[in-house]
Amino acid sequence: MGAEHLPASEFDIEELEQSLVTSDPAAAPPLVQLMAPDGSVREDAKYGQYAAHLDGDALRAMYRDMALVRRFDQEATALQRQGQLLLWPPLLGQEAAQIGSGSALKPQDYVFPTYREHGVALTRGLELSKVLRLFRGVSNGGWDPRESNFHLYTLVLAAQSLHAVGYAMGVQRDGDDAVTVAYFGDGASSEGDVHESMVFAASNQSPVVFFCQNNHWAISVPTEVQSRIPLSNRASGYGFPGIRVDGNDVVAVHAVTRWALERARSGKGPVLIEAFTYRMSAHTTADDPTKYREAVEEEKWRERDPLLRLERYLRSTNTAGQDFFDQVTVEADKLAASTRADVLAMEAPDFEDHFANVYGDPHPLVQEELEWHRQYQAGFAEDNAGRAEGEAR
Amino acid sequence: MTIMTFGRAINTGLRKAMENDPKVVIIGEDIGALGGVFRITDELQKDFGAHRVIDAPLAESAILGTAVGMAYRGYRPVCEIQFDGFIYPAFDQIVSQVAKLHYRTRGRVRMPLTIRVPFGGGIGAAEHHSESPEAYFTHTSGLRVVAVSNPQDACTMIQQAIACDDPVLYFEPKRRYHTKGEVDEDALEDALPMDSARVEVPGTDVTLVAYGALVQTAREAAQAAEDDGISVEVIDLRSLSPLDFPTVEASVRKTGRLVVTHEAARTGGLGAEIAASLTERCFYYLEHAPVRVTGMDIPYPPAKMERHHQPDLDRILDGVDRVLGRPNSLTGLED
Ligand SMILES: Cc1ncc(C[n+]2csc(CCOP(=O)(O)OP(=O)(O)O)c2C)c(N)n1
Ligand SMILES: [Mg+2]
Repeated sequence: MGAEHLPASEFDIEELEQSLVTSDPAAAPPLVQLMAPDGSVREDAKYGQYAAHLDGDALRAMYRDMALVRRFDQEATALQRQGQLLLWPPLLGQEAAQIGSGSALKPQDYVFPTYREHGVALTRGLELSKVLRLFRGVSNGGWDPRESNFHLYTLVLAAQSLHAVGYAMGVQRDGDDAVTVAYFGDGASSEGDVHESMVFAASNQSPVVFFCQNNHWAISVPTEVQSRIPLSNRASGYGFPGIRVDGNDVVAVHAVTRWALERARSGKGPVLIEAFTYRMSAHTTADDPTKYREAVEEEKWRERDPLLRLERYLRSTNTAGQDFFDQVTVEADKLAASTRADVLAMEAPDFEDHFANVYGDPHPLVQEELEWHRQYQAGFAEDNAGRAEGEAR
Repeated sequence: MTIMTFGRAINTGLRKAMENDPKVVIIGEDIGALGGVFRITDELQKDFGAHRVIDAPLAESAILGTAVGMAYRGYRPVCEIQFDGFIYPAFDQIVSQVAKLHYRTRGRVRMPLTIRVPFGGGIGAAEHHSESPEAYFTHTSGLRVVAVSNPQDACTMIQQAIACDDPVLYFEPKRRYHTKGEVDEDALEDALPMDSARVEVPGTDVTLVAYGALVQTAREAAQAAEDDGISVEVIDLRSLSPLDFPTVEASVRKTGRLVVTHEAARTGGLGAEIAASLTERCFYYLEHAPVRVTGMDIPYPPAKMERHHQPDLDRILDGVDRVLGRPNSLTGLED
């Protein structure tokens, strides 16, 4: 145990210098793209090799996952509209950013999501309807994060970025080869916690990938309010590489994430990935985007739809035919139906359960209040029984 | 007099404060084009400009910290915290800086900040959106803390808070935003001072102290008790720091019985402070130990269970029963 297990803080000097010697920090970095919106393939000398292993099966699987989570998202939105969920934060438009990055992870890697990473949840093998417990208002968690190495959703913006770094610091001390991924949004990038997590990650050369989904909006506030420079350019200020990837290109996202994970795994420290994407829907079902953004902007991004792009590729290269797409639709509808059934079956647990885990060890005050609650409830039962008796008489 | 919603009343008060003093600026998340997630700042950016209604980058500590700097520079910042549960990133600035600068500069620098916080549960929200963090702040010297309960006070007290040279936390009961009431927009002149409590419903048997959203519930409880022949005096605390002891004391000396209710957890909550202080101040007038009807000492539960956690009409009436010496449902004993 101890320091000898820490990965050597071996800088890739060339790479670092490259990112540090940006003459104009506001200059847009190249956008890594391996598949254009029309489905045609783009060459990339550095990241192309990290997608080379993606054969037809792998690409079809990615499409399938994107389609499944989109359908799930649609069903959750409908469930909210029908009063079955309190609230729903849709991922519409961000499927490639999430499936592309999640699919690059190894089982031992650990994800710290925000509240919108339904696609990443799918790639971690989490039963998706579990995510809905939080939004049904029956749980403040919903799943065992250790089963899928997918942490609970964190609603307090940016807090989880520090947790990801701390977990990675633990990995370093254990001499393990896991990498953590901290997901956060363009808005959350302004929180002090993100800054501090990057300082700690750089200082410790921790195996963590900061995955920022720049979906252009933080509720009603555009990204320009958060940053005057491309977010990925911030990384050089901390001393690690930052990459801007086309977040609607699932292949590029996968490749870049794979590169970052391998780099972190080999002891070279953190990477910031900015997935350039767009929140196609409202912030949540409680939000009304017409108050603050133009429909033409949404139209513009619709042309860059991540599913359509991969579909074009799959069709034009005969990697998938109509049968495949029909089959995916059937599967997606099945998922939607089972999601709906799961949600409708989710009952609020007994309030007593809520006292159970406030502390690990028994706590006299909590115990006393639970007792009080029981007696109080029992009082109602007696009252009602008394009343019924009175009526019967 | 105009009939308006609670939310509109705050908006009206903010507007008036901005019209009256060009140094008033508002800063917060999504408060510009959107008008805030609760639309409390609706249209203000359009009418006063983006330099006075500032859509901040997303960082609460920075919102409060820069407000301190603006206050130094002679401005009167009004900070909007989007939800109760998101005030904590700014906690350090509020407790260590905002609260102490007047004291540390020996009065040379004033901190006329107002910090607006939608608080409390009952709206079926997700985690961190239903909290009652007021006691953290009433525990801190140097901060004034108010909680409003009706549209008229909402409109008047936001103006008083902004005009106040001390920092004021202004808690808004978000589940009442849509309640309507009569508002005299020009009531400021003869308004009750911000740090005074108000006797909402006069009574003689039990004093029931509430603030924020629970004032309405307390009124309903008084009504229900009256049907049972019990006369409950409801006091709307309004100011949580400082507490208006003379008003509460006068009531308790008359009734001899005190019930305090709040949504926040019981331990270390305001109820504890009020019960202890009133016991010290009018021990010989008390016919029964003060009773607290509060949220429980557990994290705020998921929405589907919040009704068990929050004091409601029945729980308040149970508290009234207990303070009258009827069977105590906590111990099961007659006392
Ligand atoms: C500390 C904190 N402050 C404020 C909020 C309220 N809030 C929830 S989401 C959000 C915008 C987040 O935008 P971004 O980080 O870009 O993520 P996106 O919603 O676009 O995925 C805000 C202000 C919060 N959840 N936590
Ligand atoms: Mg965003």
